Amino acid sequence: MQKTDIAQRLRKFVVENYLFGQEGGLKDTDSFLEKGIIDSTGVLELVAHLQESLGITVEDEELTPDNLDSISNVTSYLARKLNIPEGALPSNGTKHLVEKQS
Amino acid sequence: MSASATAGSSLLKIDPARETERIVGGIREIVFNQLKRKGVVVGVSGGVDSSVVAYLCARALGKERVLALFTPEKDSSSDSLRLGRLVANTLGVRSMLEEISPILHGARCYERRDEAIRTLVPEYGPGYKCKIVLPNLVDANRYAIFSVVVQSPDGVTKKVRLTTEAYLGIVAATDFKQRARKMMEYYYADLLQYAVAGTPNRLEYDQGFFVKNGDGAADLKPIAHLYKSQVYQLSAYLGVPEEIQLRSPTTDTYSLEQSQEEFYFSLSLEKMDFCLYGRNHEIPAAELAPVVGLEAEQVERVYAMIDAKRKVAYYLHASPLLLDRVETL
Repeated sequence: MQKTDIAQRLRKFVVENYLFGQEGGLKDTDSFLEKGIIDSTGVLELVAHLQESLGITVEDEELTPDNLDSISNVTSYLARKLNIPEGALPSNGTKHLVEKQS
Repeated sequence: MSASATAGSSLLKIDPARETERIVGGIREIVFNQLKRKGVVVGVSGGVDSSVVAYLCARALGKERVLALFTPEKDSSSDSLRLGRLVANTLGVRSMLEEISPILHGARCYERRDEAIRTLVPEYGPGYKCKIVLPNLVDANRYAIFSVVVQSPDGVTKKVRLTTEAYLGIVAATDFKQRARKMMEYYYADLLQYAVAGTPNRLEYDQGFFVKNGDGAADLKPIAHLYKSQVYQLSAYLGVPEEIQLRSPTTDTYSLEQSQEEFYFSLSLEKMDFCLYGRNHEIPAAELAPVVGLEAEQVERVYAMIDAKRKVAYYLHASPLLLDRVETL
């Protein structure tokens, strides 16, 4: 599993849950807040999704836009959080990242 | 530094006599000429906003055309009713007391709220108290994620970050309170052919600090254009009892005392006032910072919070949307 896979799965989650299936040219670097995609309640949903699908705990001090405000930011945050070197993720790490939502 | 920012605390100064006359004229015009109602119902909570609205309406329409309505429930502070009565008695307006706890029990408001809390704090039960709070958002660039604070009957407090399910469950259940209050206000409005006066100040109105079809519903909102500190200036001018002027703002929604800062703004209302003014007048953060006693970076964060809350408030403000214009109305 690579960072690009995480990004793709996150994109699917974001599009399905916040954009009602309408991707509308969403870029990986687009700010969720600035684009009006996710408000603070949406952040709660995103955090719940990450925690449930990855079995991680998102700590209070990690609830920052730097970690969670775009597909790129979340992807980088997860890579750091899961101690994954650039390039690969353990196969059990993100396998449910999107599938559990469907 | 711009002239407006240099003015410091005078930024929000108003001429209370002039503003009172302007508002009083507006209330008369709206109630009598536009809405053609015989008076107004004001839900009086014992706070400064609803007190000022009651005073303004009494000046505008005459005290005999104002009904002050008290709607306490089991989590309300006893001060709310006592101070509400003080307002009505001082003004000499009629008042009615409607205890809304039975309505809320009927809607299972408390049960639903407690069930939501128990998803995170299983021991939460009879004798416990609660509130929801925001973290300090000004000192760190964090999201506005609520935590629930519970206090056991023996006084032990516990704070747990809310999940989506618990947060929405608590808010949806407690929103019954504002909607039950509004239902009672419209009962009396229908009974007396009165209009309902809403009591939001500018911060609340702009930032969506209200419940849709709850305290957000009204026929007129006579102080929605006034910053909180301007409401205080009017309260002093109008002679609102000093105890009310000095009382700390509270939401009076949860059984544990909850300040409005904890619930929504995570900043003192005075500072929030300045920041909202600065945002509205496009004062650069670096210029406003010394006026409000914050760092420029903190003001930038508050500006971003203001913008974000406005986006959320769009839905709250939206009237029912039609697919086609109905030409006859």
